[in-house]
Amino acid sequence: MPGPVAVRLTINGTPREGRCEPRKLLVDFLREDLGLTGTHVGCEHGICGACTILVNGEAARSCIMLAVQAEGSEIVTVEGLARDGRLHPLQEAFREHHGLQCGFCTPGMLLAALDFLRMHPDPTESQIREGLSAVLCRCTGYQGIVNAVKAAAPVLRGGEHRP
Amino acid sequence: MKPPRFEYHAPTTTEEALGLLARYGGEAKVLAGGQSLMPLLNFRLVRPAALIDLNRIAALAYIREVDGQVRFGAMTRQRAVEFSPVVRQRLPLLTEATRWVGHLPIRTRGTIGGSIAHADPAAEYPAVLTALDGEVVARSARGERTLRPRDLFQTYLTTTLESDEILTEVRLPAMPAGAGYAFEEFARRHGDFAIVGIAALIALEGRRVVRARLATAGAHPVPCRLRAAEEILERDGLNDEAIAAAAARAGELVEPDSDIHASADYRRHLTGVLTARALKRARARAGER
Repeated sequence: MPGPVAVRLTINGTPREGRCEPRKLLVDFLREDLGLTGTHVGCEHGICGACTILVNGEAARSCIMLAVQAEGSEIVTVEGLARDGRLHPLQEAFREHHGLQCGFCTPGMLLAALDFLRMHPDPTESQIREGLSAVLCRCTGYQGIVNAVKAAAPVLRGGEHRP
Repeated sequence: MKPPRFEYHAPTTTEEALGLLARYGGEAKVLAGGQSLMPLLNFRLVRPAALIDLNRIAALAYIREVDGQVRFGAMTRQRAVEFSPVVRQRLPLLTEATRWVGHLPIRTRGTIGGSIAHADPAAEYPAVLTALDGEVVARSARGERTLRPRDLFQTYLTTTLESDEILTEVRLPAMPAGAGYAFEEFARRHGDFAIVGIAALIALEGRRVVRARLATAGAHPVPCRLRAAEEILERDGLNDEAIAAAAARAGELVEPDSDIHASADYRRHLTGVLTARALKRARARAGER
């Protein structure tokens, strides 16, 4: 049967490398092989969105992608959002507007919201709700999350924030 | 909830992929965007000997205008379709339908060819392919053939693609300038599979409907062209009475099944309701361009 293969990729700006079986899911590779446990595993079949990360700048679910498929790609996880001890403006907005309760969906929410705001820099509330329907919050604390994304939109439009 | 073992191949050319597929003689699965196949693997509902991953074949991702058609490489991401100016201009029905395909993070990976080859009866792209009467190109090491939707979709999750064939291209005829269109869908939550969806296209000359096209998602084992409803509109025009008659006929043309999400009767009812809504929105748009 197939043995481990090398996977080289860039995560949060840093080149990383690991070895895994071809069947290993990207989210498990991030967590188990690279020790990046910020990305959460929820449903494991592409429904809940907790494992959402950025792949080459675009949000994708890391539980329905193989680690080998990420070879050569640039990944951003929740660990890559804060810089120099300062939260990303979207994280600030989540804190300010009570955009999290238990926090389990938060990493996926943040990355999905970042991609959404890049594609829709000045969204209406209904666009935000449609965009955020990609991630489930089982605390059902959506109102705070919607408020946070609404508040973050003008901040992200106004400044140079990476990613 | 982890995939079973498989041999993994990531060819960089279509020829190489076709060679591999032939070699495994039906024991391999083709991996496109993975938004349906990966969950099936995680649940171990499928256990292929090998995966042939098309994601490294750059030549399978493109959007081109050719002879009045828009042609899509099978690996064109749904996200690329969603934001394509060519699609917005030539196939606005497809742009509108794409917003109903899962969510943006799903569309990042999901592909137009994968969605059609998977043939989920509730999926949006098979309905659009059927409404526009487009075609797909299937290639194998033996050669190439083109298939119309009625020759492609057999039943739930089942197409006439052979085990050594790969769906390589989707061809949709550009919509006539000024055509009215709408994609209507009802799902419990945005991004869920449709309980019922309706794709509608209306081409007018003056007040006369020269072409009406209606197709379903979720209401039938395969996308269903509602030809008898189209004929009512082509004969009687787009007044409210004709729309009501076409909608009532639409509900009679489908043979839905009951499942955990909705009963067959409810789906039949929705088919009529959404057909009327789609036609009214299409009527309001007709002549816009």
